[in-house]
Amino acid sequence: MSTPTPRVRMPATAKAGEVIEVKTLISHEMETGQRRDGAGQIVPRKIIKKFTATFNGKEIFSADWASAVSANPYQAFFVKVPETGTFEFSWLDDDGSVYKATQKVTVS
Amino acid sequence: MLNPAPQSRRDFIVTTALTTAAVAAGSTTALAKPEDVAAEIKKLFGDKPITAGRIKLDLPTIAENGLVVPLNFKVESPMTDKDYVKTVHFFADGNPNPQVASFNFTPMTPRAEAQIRIRLAQTQNIVAVAEMSDGKLFTAKQEVKVTIGGCGG
Repeated sequence: MSTPTPRVRMPATAKAGEVIEVKTLISHEMETGQRRDGAGQIVPRKIIKKFTATFNGKEIFSADWASAVSANPYQAFFVKVPETGTFEFSWLDDDGSVYKATQKVTVS
Repeated sequence: MLNPAPQSRRDFIVTTALTTAAVAAGSTTALAKPEDVAAEIKKLFGDKPITAGRIKLDLPTIAENGLVVPLNFKVESPMTDKDYVKTVHFFADGNPNPQVASFNFTPMTPRAEAQIRIRLAQTQNIVAVAEMSDGKLFTAKQEVKVTIGGCGG
């Protein structure tokens, strides 16, 4: 498997206090732990179990995902932009890996 | 299953496996049942009262592909520092595991609204439970008919 690539779509500028939609996607097979391989062995579970969004270091939104979340998990939600700052998004894998993406938003 | 006499763990597992196999008709994976969802909710919230309402689910009534079912939801709330939606839990009563996802909001998320995509193994109910900042609980439920299951079936 290639390294999961996170993608984030959101505006780079906003008015103070504006509500914007954040759309995120990460390439990941989200192996459920239910499937069997060609030899009849159960393929061990490997999913992203937690998604977290912070703004200037403060947690603003998070999601706990179970194996029922589709492959290449998509997560969209809304945030308020009080001031110029940086959004950081992180995805925690079952194996302990953390994948990250950041997006700076400038308040004009 | 309704036998009032205490069952041994082994008997319980055997009965459950047989029942599930009969229900799933040929599926090799034991699937969750509505009771499992109720048990999960009880584990999180005990016997606290749960009111129907305030959650708007946007799910297809018929999903052709159980591997990718769009799940959108919205909870009515002013989302202020004093009154906001803390967490929204989702459960499915016909998947191998009843848990689907939980979303944790803050006053920094101005709308208690999110979208994801989920896998459904068969036709089943999606149950949402929203926990407000004052501890009140609300619930909503919707059935999704699945044409092709999302777990290799």
